[in-house]
This record gives sequence, structure tokens and C-alpha cells, in this order.
Amino acid sequence: MSRKPDYKDISGCAICGMMSETGALFSGEAIIRSISAMHERSNGLGGGFAAYGIYPEHKDHYALHVMYESEEAKRTASSFIARRLNIHHEETIPTHPIEVIRARPILHRYFVSVKPGELERNYDLSEDDIVVEVVMGINAGIGDAFVFSSGKNMGVFKGVGFPEDIGQFFRLEEYQGYIWTAHGRYPTNTTGWWGGAHPFGLLDWSVVHNGEISSYGINRRYLANFKYHCTLQTDTEVITYIFDLLIRKHGLPMEFACMAMAPPFWAQIERMPEEQREIAKAVRIVYGGALLNGPFSVLVGHSGGMIGLNDRIKLRPMVAARKDDMLFVASEEAAVREICAAPDRLWHAEGGVPIVGELKEGISAGSATPAKDALSVKVTEVS
Amino acid sequence: MRKWLIQPDFVVERDPDRCIQCQVCVRQCANDVHEYDSDEGLVFSDSTECVGCHRCATLCPTNAISIQRAHLEFRPNANWTWGAIRNLYKQAETGGVLLAGMGNDQDFPVYWDRLVLNASQVTNPSIDPLREPMELVTYLGRKPDRVEFARENGSLALATRLEMQLELQVPVMFSAMSYGSISYNASLALARAAKEAGTFANSGEGGLHDDFRQYGSNMIVQIASGRFGVDVDYLNAAGALEIKIGQGAKPGIGGHLPGEKVDAAISATRMIPKGTDALSPSPHHDIYSIEDLRQLIYALKEATRYTKPVSVKIAAVHNVAAIASGCVRAGADIVAIDGFRGGTGAAPTMIRNNVGIPIEFALAAVDSRLREEGIRNQASIVAAGGIRCSADVVKAIALGADAVYIGTAALVAMGCHLCQKCYTGKCNWGIATQDPYLTKRLNPKVATRRLVNLLRAWSLEIKEMMGGMGINAIESLRGNREHLRGVGLTDRELRILDVKAAGE
Amino acid sequence: MKRVVAREELCIGCRLCEIHCLVQHSKSKKIIKAFRDERDSIVPGVHVEEKGYVSFALQCRHCNDARCIDACMTGAMRRDPETGAVLCDEDKCVGCWMCIMVCPVGAIQMGADKHVASKCDLCIGAETPACVANCPNEAIVCEETDE
Repeated sequence: MSRKPDYKDISGCAICGMMSETGALFSGEAIIRSISAMHERSNGLGGGFAAYGIYPEHKDHYALHVMYESEEAKRTASSFIARRLNIHHEETIPTHPIEVIRARPILHRYFVSVKPGELERNYDLSEDDIVVEVVMGINAGIGDAFVFSSGKNMGVFKGVGFPEDIGQFFRLEEYQGYIWTAHGRYPTNTTGWWGGAHPFGLLDWSVVHNGEISSYGINRRYLANFKYHCTLQTDTEVITYIFDLLIRKHGLPMEFACMAMAPPFWAQIERMPEEQREIAKAVRIVYGGALLNGPFSVLVGHSGGMIGLNDRIKLRPMVAARKDDMLFVASEEAAVREICAAPDRLWHAEGGVPIVGELKEGISAGSATPAKDALSVKVTEVS
Repeated sequence: MRKWLIQPDFVVERDPDRCIQCQVCVRQCANDVHEYDSDEGLVFSDSTECVGCHRCATLCPTNAISIQRAHLEFRPNANWTWGAIRNLYKQAETGGVLLAGMGNDQDFPVYWDRLVLNASQVTNPSIDPLREPMELVTYLGRKPDRVEFARENGSLALATRLEMQLELQVPVMFSAMSYGSISYNASLALARAAKEAGTFANSGEGGLHDDFRQYGSNMIVQIASGRFGVDVDYLNAAGALEIKIGQGAKPGIGGHLPGEKVDAAISATRMIPKGTDALSPSPHHDIYSIEDLRQLIYALKEATRYTKPVSVKIAAVHNVAAIASGCVRAGADIVAIDGFRGGTGAAPTMIRNNVGIPIEFALAAVDSRLREEGIRNQASIVAAGGIRCSADVVKAIALGADAVYIGTAALVAMGCHLCQKCYTGKCNWGIATQDPYLTKRLNPKVATRRLVNLLRAWSLEIKEMMGGMGINAIESLRGNREHLRGVGLTDRELRILDVKAAGE
Repeated sequence: MKRVVAREELCIGCRLCEIHCLVQHSKSKKIIKAFRDERDSIVPGVHVEEKGYVSFALQCRHCNDARCIDACMTGAMRRDPETGAVLCDEDKCVGCWMCIMVCPVGAIQMGADKHVASKCDLCIGAETPACVANCPNEAIVCEETDE
């Protein structure tokens, strides 16, 4: 297994996602079917999934998914984690033996919480901040170790291989979640590094992305201003950190965070009514470093829902659909129809306008009944 | 007493088959190089006083004149160059400080020419600027690091109030050139062109002539060490204020306007006696330390009721990053950095050629340092000092500048031929002079048109380059060093610029 | 009707207007040849008045109430109906110089051969008058007037 690349990664890809806005749980089988409909968009060098609501028995603990190249790295990282976090449970991530998934790292997961003493000593930091520090400490500081998921009651599963094979490898059909996202990769740099696959995860953010951010160079430096250190040379990393910065740290409402990343043109802003115009102008002026330029189609997952966003001149595809309480987003209509033959509504995302799926207020994830029948109906007819 | 050792720099060659003895050259040369001999019926040229400004050659209706370097060849000597030897003769004959105009002309590497730009292919489409929007609008000023919202009557309203920003339609502004070092017509043309093109012109340290107040909202006025022309009306007339700590052409010393150039109008605008040399002190005598700068910045803000951004202009010197950081923390909303190629109307040659560092390094160092300290949003950076073309502008923005200042390029657009004799006050092109016979030569309407043309041409080129990189908003180019690669730079230089080598 | 106007604040006294007027009215229309062969036989219709640094190009104003037309005893001075320009018909001119004496601005000269009067003809037939086209400082401009 090769290491983190030191050149910029570029990928054309496939993304898709589905969520139940009532928090109903369903297995990973549907998302695997959906992404496999877009097989041609990948080249087998990366596939991955994010799932929310999958660890109900550990829902208040941070679930750290870590990949190790060596036992020594595992030992070092484990003691690093144990210094600041209480490890309530840890185990190898269960997998099926899938022939085509080769050069596998050691895959381990920990369910942790922040030690009370840590919070006291770092009174200017939140629990989330401390977990982020631990994650970044391992990723930047311990070679051969990489934390690829660090949220509560959610997990990222990814590696080198076609997504449907990765999905089977990680036994995703055995998990139940209310949000599933998936990604198939077509990188132009053949790194073969498991950590480079999408989604990128930090806390409960997961990002799958199709595109190439031409503003990457400045987005990365902008984030460094706020102490986010990008080590992966991937666009997905900066996108995830920008979401974390704008929404979690700066408290920007989702629509304005999306506006900062894919803002309207100045010519459009000029034509807006005054109040709107002042907002758009202020957001653009202050968040110039967060503007994502270049083609992109991203699907961001978090515990409260998922957001699909296209670049403002729509250089990548994104299709969305709704049926009952389900929201589907994908790079291709075929991927939606594979798991939802007759949606109530299907449309193409507008450049710069986010598609927002939100867990209905008052519902705690996982409380509703399991999957609806719509998902298990195979496509026989396309309307 | 004739100064025997000082020989002509140039030789005028006249093609006898083409010369029609029209005497345009005779009338146009302010240095009396050409003379009509009525007995012979021929024009003769005495190259002694020729400064190489090309006025005669440009206006000659038959292109009969050619200006060559003087043919007095020295034995080749890589150490004792032509320039070094001649400077010695001048000093031996005069006992004076060598003076020069315009910017450093020595053979230091031009780092813009060692940086190349990216273009998108296959994995990322380039954007066609003729068919898609391509945004160059730039805002200069202090920015908060976040925007806050408050809920009002059920909807979200802006809670953060932005400080005053300068809005530029193109990220290029006209650099500080004082009225006095340049003519009324030249100053007028710069102000008008800035207004027409939606950008700003810097008044320089010469004060603001009453006639230019109408362009005030597109002007940045300077408060330099001599405080020429500074009063509260001057401050309030402008769009922004700039404290000039130093300039790239002569770091460490103040401005110098020879008495020959101080006529009645200059005297009134600067508030100094006619005919006196206007020598700005080397430091501001009320800024001996960083906290003093803070005091002046806030004095200016108070005087203008916090309605105008305050810029601080510094020369690019060795610890420019630390100085810039100090200026930002002292309250500067904009930091303008002038590299060692910056121009001037008059400077001691030794200082012009040997003091200061290239803007490319200064800019990279300042941008990186401010980001490291987490304060990059608090001030905009403007880079200056030998920006020659739109590619230099794009590279400067990619290194981290919010905008650039152009001085020499603007003067060349108006007709300057870089003869470097600005300090004599005999500019044949009507730019760096107050002589009424010469100032007529710059038609403000024509000069304005040329400047606006320049900015328009550069805008189009910048858009083409941005589109090629797959970028459609200048915010995504600013500080994006990923789109630069170095060619012929050492490892150390690459590291300081934080730019990869071509091929990486 | 187009008229040529000179701006004295922009005139740099180079006299390129005089030179190009001569070329425009030469047979060869080529500057080197014209100056070599025809210099002494053409008087330019424009000349530069100068005092200190004040200067401007002066040519016939093609006045509406042209005194030269009234004064001309042979009718050589006439108005061109299309452009409104005042032109001198050299075949009819007898060199009495009454026009020179009555011209209020002194725009008429004796021709090179001292037989006929010479003055600006608004470069009839050309798109732009030569002086306007060749002034390096745009100090001479063409303006449309209603008169």
C-alpha cells in the first residue's frame, strides 16, 4: 500500500446519496446498488461510503475509524488517542473477504469520549475541537496511521477498489442508517492509497466530491489561517474543512455557507433587493478565500441531513429526486432510478443553489421504522 | 570650465536621404541637440546633450533620425562596466551625488520572468471569457474574519457591519506620482483615467490641486514625511488615505523635488515657497516606532470619521514581513509594498540601484507571514515596483496581492521613453516637467485615453489568463500559488516564494 | 459643415501641420519627393503663430461673411456650395492681393510664384484635413458646425 501522495489529486468520479428525512433506517444495500449503476464513472482506484445512524448503541461516543500500515503504528496511535480520550470500546472493523480488494491496511475502530480533565485544561476548546486536534495529530504526526472517520453515530468506509466491491468488503448490507452517501473514484494519479478515497470525514462531516477545485491553492492557505492543516492534497479535504469552519466554528446558516462557496455573480448581486444585496456583498467580500472555483458536484453529509451543491456555472452533473420522506442525489439519473423507479419529483440542480435534505425537527435518528418498500423495488420500467 | 571627462551617452544619426530639413526636431528638443543652419540650409545635431528620449525621432515625419548608444567603446570589462566608469567621470567633474530618475536599471534577475502560469486541460475545463462571466472586481480594506447574522422578524439579517472598502473594477491602480514630479496634465490624466476605469490614482506626496478635487472619490491621497498639502479638506476629499513611509526606488530616504520644478502652482498646492527644493525628511519626524505609526493612523481615521481606509506604503526591504505585520496590527487597512524596481522623479543613483529587495520576494514573504499570524484578512496587500504587463499582474495576484500599483507603466502609456532624466525638469514628453512650453505636449484627453486603453487591454488579458486556469473569480486567483511554477529558481528561492518548480 | 478648430493650449509649435499641408497639396503626395522637388512652389494653407510658449495653427476660417469673396474683383474667391469652404480659383486670380488685405485673421498668403493667392482649401476631396490628421497632440480638430 503506497503512502500519502505529495502531488495534487485530481478526480473525475461518481457520487450519490440518499436520506430519510424522518430518520427511518435502511441498510447499505440500496446505496451499493445505486453507485454500481455508475460503474463506468470509476476506474477501480477508489470507492467509499458514509453512513449515519449506524452505531445506536454507541451514539454518544465519537467513532474513530483508523487505517494502519503496521502494528507499530497502531500501538503508537492507540496510546496517543488514550492520552486525551477515554476508549470505551475498540475492535477490528468487520469485513468480508473480497478477492479483488487487495493491499488491505489494518482497519480498526474506537468508540471514544473526551476525558473530563482535558475539557477543564482546554477551557477555550469544545469537545469537538479536542477530537479534531487528536485526529489531526495522528494524521499529520504518525506516519502509517490515518483516521478516516471521527463522528458520532456515523462512519466512513472506504478503500481502493470499485465502490460496490468496497461496499461488500465492509459488509454495509449489515448496517442500518438514515443517511447513506457513496463515491466512486477515477483519479488521474494512480496512488492506490486507501486514505485518498472519498468520502473525506471529520467529526460528523462527510464529503463526496466530483470535480477539480481550481481555487484549491488559496482555499488551503485560507484554511491555514484558522489552523486547519490540509495534508492530503485533495479537494475533498478543503471542502470538508470549509464546511466545518463556516458552519460549526463561524455559525453561518447553511444557505450563506453555500453562498460563500458558490456565490452569485456581482452582476446578479447588483440586481438584488437591498437587504439581500448587502448580505451577498458582505459574504463575498469576507469569504473570498472560501470561494470554490472550478467544476464541482459535492454531497455533504452531517448528522442533521445532507446537502448537494454544484459550482456556480454548473460544470458537473447533479440530479435530485424526492419520494415520500426520501431525498436522493446523484451524478446520474440512472443511479436514482436504480433504487427509486418512480420518484414524486426529479430535477437537475441549479448551479450554486444547494439541495438541502434535513432531518425533520423533533425526530431523533433511528427512531422511525425500517426501510420503505420503494427502495427494494428493482427497476423494470423507466418512466 | 568644460567637463572634459563627460562624453555623450547617445549619438544622433540623421539619414541625409530622408531628412527634409523641416526642423520639427529642432523645435521639439528641449536639450537643444538639433540646430538649423540657415546658411547651409541643413539641420545639424550635436549629440552632447542628447538624453535618448526619442522625441525627435518619434515626431520626425520621414523617420530620418535614429538614436544610438554612443560609439565610444571601452575595452570589454565585466567588472568596470560602461556605467560604472562614466559615473566615476561624472563625480570627478562635479563632486556631487549622482542623480537618476525612474527605477533600478541594473541587471538583477527579474523574477516575474522566472514564474510561469497554469492552464486547465481535460480534468478541469478552462472557461471562455468571451462567453462566460469573468469577475475582476476587487475590494480593498480591512475585513472581519467572519460574517454574523441575527434573526429579525423571522428572517436572517446581517449583523456584521463591514468597514469602508475601496471598490476596484480592475485590480490595477495608478501609483503615487506627485504633482510636481509630474505635470498638471499628467496628474489630471491619471485622475480622470482612474475615474473612467473604475479604479484609483494615488496623488503622491505633492498634495491635491484644487482642480483635481472633483476626482477625489477615485483618489488615494498621500501623507508623506514632508506633509505637503496635508490639511483636513485634503483628507476628506479623497477615497482613501496613504501614509508613505518609504518607496521602492529609495528606501530609507524621503522624496526630492528640485527647485526648478517648483513653480507658482506647485508652491500653492504643496504650501512651500516657490523655487525651493522640496526635500521630504527621511523618516516622518513623528514616527520613530511602530506605536507612533498607530497613533498617526488613528489620528487620520479620527480626522475623517472612520469613513476612509488608511493605507501604509512601505518599501520592500529585508524584514518587510515583520514590518508589514506591524503595520497591520497598527491599524493599517491596506499595506502597499514597493519593490526595488519602483520608479521616482529623482533619487540618488546609488540608493536607487542598490537599496531594497525585489517585490516578488517581499510580496510572497508578507502574504505568507500575515497568513501564518492569522491576520491576512485585516489588510489588503497592494504590490508595486516594476509591474510591466498583465502577466506580471496575474503572477502578483497569485503570489498574494489583492491589487497592484503601476507607475512606470502608466507613464510609458502616456509617452515616457525612460530616459531617466526626470529630475532635470526637461521632460520632452510633457510628463515630468513644469516648463509651460513642454507641459503643453501632453494632451490630457489623449493621455487619459491611452491610460484607459491600457487598463482595458490588461483587463481583457487577465480574464483570458484566468479563464485558461479554470477560474472565473479573482478571489480564487488571489494567493493561489498552486497556479505558479518556477523556472530557473534555486530551491531556496522556491521555498521563499512557496512555489513549486515546473514539472512538480 | 465641418470646420477646423485649433486649440492653442495644446499646440506644441512643431509645425507638422504646415509640413503635411504642403505634402497634401503636392503633386507627388510623398513627403520626401514633395520636399525635394516642390518645396518652393507650394505655400501651406496653415501656418503656426507663435509667441513664447503660446502657439496655435492658423488657417482660413472659411467665414460665413467672407470678406475676401466680396473683395475679389475677378470672382476667383468663391464658396463651394457642398462644404461651405471658401476656395480660390487660380485660373481667375490676377494677384491683386485685395483678399490678403481684407482677411481679418491674415490667413491668405501670396502663392510661391507670387502670381496667385494661396490659402487653406479644407482639403477638399480628402476624408480628413491633413493638418487634423497629422497633429501629434490633437491640437487641431474637426468640428461640425450648424452654420
